[in-house]
Amino acid sequence: MWFFLQLLIQGLAIGSVYALVALGFVLIYKASSVINFAQGELLMVGAYICLALLTTYQVPFWAGFFLTMIFSVILALFIERLVLRPMIGEPAISIIMITIGLSLVLKSVVAAIWGTQIKVFPPIFPQVPVKVGEIVVSQVYIYTFGAAMVFLVLFALFFKYSRMGIAMRATANSNQVALSMGISVKKVFAISWCVAAVVSAVGGILIGNINGVNSTLAGVGLKVFPAVILGGLDSIPGAVLGGLIIGILENLSGGYLDQFFGGGVKEVAPFVVLVIILMIKPYGLFGTEEIERV
Amino acid sequence: MSLQQSGIFHETYKEDMAIFQTPFIKFWMIGFFIFLAVFPWINKPFNSMFNTNTLYLMNLIGIYIIGAHGLNILTGFTGQISLGHGAFMGVGAYASAILTIKAGIPFWFALPMAGLITALVGMVFGIPSLRLKGLYLAIATMAAQFIIGYAMRNWSALTGGSTGLVVSSPTFFGIDMGTDRSYYYLVYTIVIATTLYTKNLTRTRPGRAFVAIRDRYLAAEVIGVNVWFYRILSFGISSFLVGIAGGLWAHYVLVVNDEAFGIWLSVQYLAMIIIGGMGSVLGAIYGAVFMTLLPIMLRIPEHALTQVYPGVFAIFQSLTEGVFGLIIILFLIFEPDGLAARWHTVKNYWKLWPFSY
Repeated sequence: MWFFLQLLIQGLAIGSVYALVALGFVLIYKASSVINFAQGELLMVGAYICLALLTTYQVPFWAGFFLTMIFSVILALFIERLVLRPMIGEPAISIIMITIGLSLVLKSVVAAIWGTQIKVFPPIFPQVPVKVGEIVVSQVYIYTFGAAMVFLVLFALFFKYSRMGIAMRATANSNQVALSMGISVKKVFAISWCVAAVVSAVGGILIGNINGVNSTLAGVGLKVFPAVILGGLDSIPGAVLGGLIIGILENLSGGYLDQFFGGGVKEVAPFVVLVIILMIKPYGLFGTEEIERV
Repeated sequence: MSLQQSGIFHETYKEDMAIFQTPFIKFWMIGFFIFLAVFPWINKPFNSMFNTNTLYLMNLIGIYIIGAHGLNILTGFTGQISLGHGAFMGVGAYASAILTIKAGIPFWFALPMAGLITALVGMVFGIPSLRLKGLYLAIATMAAQFIIGYAMRNWSALTGGSTGLVVSSPTFFGIDMGTDRSYYYLVYTIVIATTLYTKNLTRTRPGRAFVAIRDRYLAAEVIGVNVWFYRILSFGISSFLVGIAGGLWAHYVLVVNDEAFGIWLSVQYLAMIIIGGMGSVLGAIYGAVFMTLLPIMLRIPEHALTQVYPGVFAIFQSLTEGVFGLIIILFLIFEPDGLAARWHTVKNYWKLWPFSY
């Protein structure tokens, strides 16, 4: 029982980060129908930038954090303008391939600058583990969960009440109607990329604090696919819920099934779930079903 | 639409449908086939020119051409994106290795069997395509990539786990296939067969059904094309070819390991057909040649730089992958129809020159 709860709590913490990254993913998809295979690389770049600021330049954590955010925004604007803008209206495969190409470029640039060895964040959160009953949870997990939740709420408020958030929801609903109401769709595309890069960078910093930073961090981006498919590709609450479910499921399957399958179940379980979901409910829990009539 | 040379008038439908239409093309194709046939005997000067074993390179290119034809049938003709073809190639490689090592089946029979097994696996993972398309299908096949990769690593009893399997070099009806030269003839016989097959497939009933599904699948269904059947069929044919490529690869490299068949290989296959030109038989060939030669070509500036700045080597190695990515991006932005389309444009330009219309 305690073992189960322990796995559950760790899964929830990791899942909250997945939820955050999935949010960025869904935003880009909703606004511009682009599936971003480079999401994991954006996350990795964010983590490395923050790490470099903290260790090499000895910047205090909060300053480093905000500088990373600013850098992510600039990077996102750059990518959106140079790479994605020319691809508007191209078929799905071209857009998938171009984000894959982008992910290769980002990955190799990061490897060229920082190498491939694992690097550890300087301790940011208190180190003493918390004990409840027999559950031992390192504080990093609690702070990660808390920080991810704060960001999720902030973004929920942003979409609900701010002018830009409303414009983004309108664009997501229908590009053409939004255009005719005087919303600059181009601006919305750019801002959705910015938000996606920012949430990914936050996710990268949080996960980097738990596992350390190296090139495998980009793999987190792939975990986000099952999460968003489970929730529905174009649903923001779905992304959050999907992220949490995948995080928990991954941890539980790792804890209970590794002994039967000889390790590594954690890596593959989300994808097995993904295939099953796609077969039963192709548009996820909250995704809009495409209806095609002849 | 390609332009015909003037003075050539087709009098029968048979002439109009021929693969090699003009005497000019026939002449050059015969020349090309003769070159292919004698290449293993005259490759010595090429070896020293390119500073590498060109026969080995040709064999790799041949194997990738077979696989690229496979993916092209699925993605280029039927319009279904697959991010799992790297893993399917792995299935073919493992299947033929296991069949020859553990079941003792001769190579000539194990190879088509491996293709059939891969076709079966591909069709199972193609089942989601009955309800999904576009982006969702891409993600479903990506899941196939990870699940198959996991099975290769962890089903140790069958696949040898992370150490992989060691394959002995095959004999083919008593002929030793261990040398580059004899393998070359085997590979290129299959390359020519699959190229002709793919070319002819576009003119048959299933081939036309594939293209109809790609262009407007609802319209295809209305005119009576069984969309579900042909979608699964294209998964089957496509994975069969990739499985054959995998089997050939396994018996050429002689070590089968899961690391060779990661998502990186799937991406490379997609890059091949995009750079070559999707839905074009020639395009798959151009793409496979380009993507296999690219690392060799990248080695030239790498060597030059290493001699000047020795420390630059490590950085350059990690940048190689990035250059791949950059080439994919640049192609998609500036040359979205691929090399095959560019070749067409150039050819037509010279036919019309000096008049531009």
